[in-house]
Amino acid sequence: MRKWTKTSEFYVAIIILVLFVAIGSQNGAFFSSANMFDLIRSSIVPGIFVICTMMVIISGGIDVSFPAIATFSMFSATKIILMLDLDLPVFVAFLLAGIIGLGLGLINGLLIAYFKLPTLIVTLGTSSMFSGFLLTFVGSRQISNLPPALEQFGKTPFIKFTTDAGITVGLPMSVLITAAVIVIVAIMMKYTMIGRGIYALGGDPVSAERIGFNTKFLQCFVYGFVGFLAGIAGMIQTTMMRSSNPVDLLGTELLIIAAVVLGGVRITGGHGTVIGALLGLLLIVTIQNSLILVGIPSYWQRFVIGALILVGTGVAAYQIKRSSSKRSSILT
Amino acid sequence: MSNHASKRRGTDSSYDDLSFSIKRWLSSDGNLTRLFVIMVLVFVTMAILSPRTFLSLDSFSSMAFQFPVLGILSLAMMLSMISGGIDLSIVGIANLTSILAAMVMVRLIPEGASAGTSLLYIAVGIVCAMIVGILCGLLNGFAVAKIGIPPILVTLGSMQMFMGLAIVITKGQAIVGLPEQFSAIGNGSVVGIPMPLIIFILCIGAAYLLLNRRPFGMKLQLLGSNPTASRYGGIRNTTVLLKTYALSGLLASIAGLVMIALTNSAKADYGTSYILQAILVVVLGGVNPNGGFGKIAGVVMAVLTLQFLSSGLNALHVGNFFKDFIWGIVLILVMVINVVSPRMKWKRKPAG
Repeated sequence: MRKWTKTSEFYVAIIILVLFVAIGSQNGAFFSSANMFDLIRSSIVPGIFVICTMMVIISGGIDVSFPAIATFSMFSATKIILMLDLDLPVFVAFLLAGIIGLGLGLINGLLIAYFKLPTLIVTLGTSSMFSGFLLTFVGSRQISNLPPALEQFGKTPFIKFTTDAGITVGLPMSVLITAAVIVIVAIMMKYTMIGRGIYALGGDPVSAERIGFNTKFLQCFVYGFVGFLAGIAGMIQTTMMRSSNPVDLLGTELLIIAAVVLGGVRITGGHGTVIGALLGLLLIVTIQNSLILVGIPSYWQRFVIGALILVGTGVAAYQIKRSSSKRSSILT
Repeated sequence: MSNHASKRRGTDSSYDDLSFSIKRWLSSDGNLTRLFVIMVLVFVTMAILSPRTFLSLDSFSSMAFQFPVLGILSLAMMLSMISGGIDLSIVGIANLTSILAAMVMVRLIPEGASAGTSLLYIAVGIVCAMIVGILCGLLNGFAVAKIGIPPILVTLGSMQMFMGLAIVITKGQAIVGLPEQFSAIGNGSVVGIPMPLIIFILCIGAAYLLLNRRPFGMKLQLLGSNPTASRYGGIRNTTVLLKTYALSGLLASIAGLVMIALTNSAKADYGTSYILQAILVVVLGGVNPNGGFGKIAGVVMAVLTLQFLSSGLNALHVGNFFKDFIWGIVLILVMVINVVSPRMKWKRKPAG
């Protein structure tokens, strides 16, 4: 058993605490409820994405197609509902986007499971395919008159109050969806056979197969489920922006992967926790939103994030290298 | 492509006589044959679909200016992929180094300088860019080989860093007004051959010599197919990896220089779409994404195929988005054919 003070989650948490204290001591506005709620609000959609990416990376793969899947599902679902012109309840919209995402994710899953293609290359290809198809055949113009149910959902706040300074702060209802996704995936990864199978698959696919896991099914499940979640995240983005923009989310994939890896999920598969992935996201969101509060110009963002990735993964890799060289000296 | 040592020697000898080698490919290398057929098919289809615009001298000369940048970047990506890694930072390096070169040229050249002085400054700028490119590559190589971070993470991080630095240096602005003598590299031609194409051919020649005529090439391929075995075989993995990423950085800086010479300006976020395109080209060209095998001829044919496809679709007035769609389909189809085709006998490592 590893002591919890030795986990990478613990180190990330300490870095975040130091960052919070450093930023907070420079600028008191950081700890204001407005800023805190802002941090949460800007993590709602990426929150689901890091959960997706975490699952895929634990299973031993990598997925760069989720922004394309999210965009594809939200845009075509919005378009279909507008075309039907019925007053459908809001969960139908989410379900529809989820099902479209599931279909697209299964394309990834089938290609990876049955042709044994490298996951990075497959998802690069499908990502280019999906967004190309969407923008050519479905449409490339932003939809700003959403169906009434979606419009309403976007406007309904989950929490809303006015601070002493007179600023109204609040969170949209969609924060509940992200919270539910996080809890469900955390339970699934930890306590169900499928979750343990995903860890086993990422640790060593051959052993996973030998002990009786259906690895083909597991891979299809991971990519299908991730597609489903991406579709829902896309719909949340639509309700939060109050419009459906087909190029909104594209290009966020590398930052999300960076967040997951910073949170201690090993890119080689088999290791990682939901809490770690979320901490990684918190770190990146804090840097993105708050560097400017301490007077560092926003164009330093990219450099700081890049340096963090190198240092963070460097420390982890160094530790693994040391422990594995110890282990191999015993074995050989 | 085959991983049998004896067969490899057979295919290597076919490089001795390029004019005769097409026939040998048919018998020795299924992947290159298939690629060649695909290239010809794409070319013929485009020529039939739009004979007037596609088959014109103008379109060929514009193609010759367009594909060298992607081609040079693909060579850089190929080197790192043969070593079993990947280099996502090439566009970052290209942008950072080209911005440095542009700053040397624009800021340092005194006004009204003679042609000789400005040529000198241009040379300084180019050398600066190349040295920084090598340094950036060495940083990647150090992190991969010495610290042991997976290449995809190293280059993901360093890509952000290099681009971030480029943004910090320029504050997000474009640098314009490069000296005329430098833009001639991007837009001029020698005996009818565009300069970018000449640079690309030089890079191909250098990479070919390095991979097929020097011990480094063999070491790189051995390292890529099995790092443990290569270490026990007496190869210094660290040195080979450092060299590989340094070369990748050097090629990236050359691509960056060609890019700013073409556009006559430098900006921190130029060419970001090239990363994915370069991976596409390299995989399409038959380089094994798990490392170990890859041929320059394949990569060159893949670049040409994509350029024919893209120019042909342009001639048909198809939008850029449709091109993305086609590229994705082509990539996946080629990968699936490679696996399904019974001639592919090399064992695959599990996807990852």
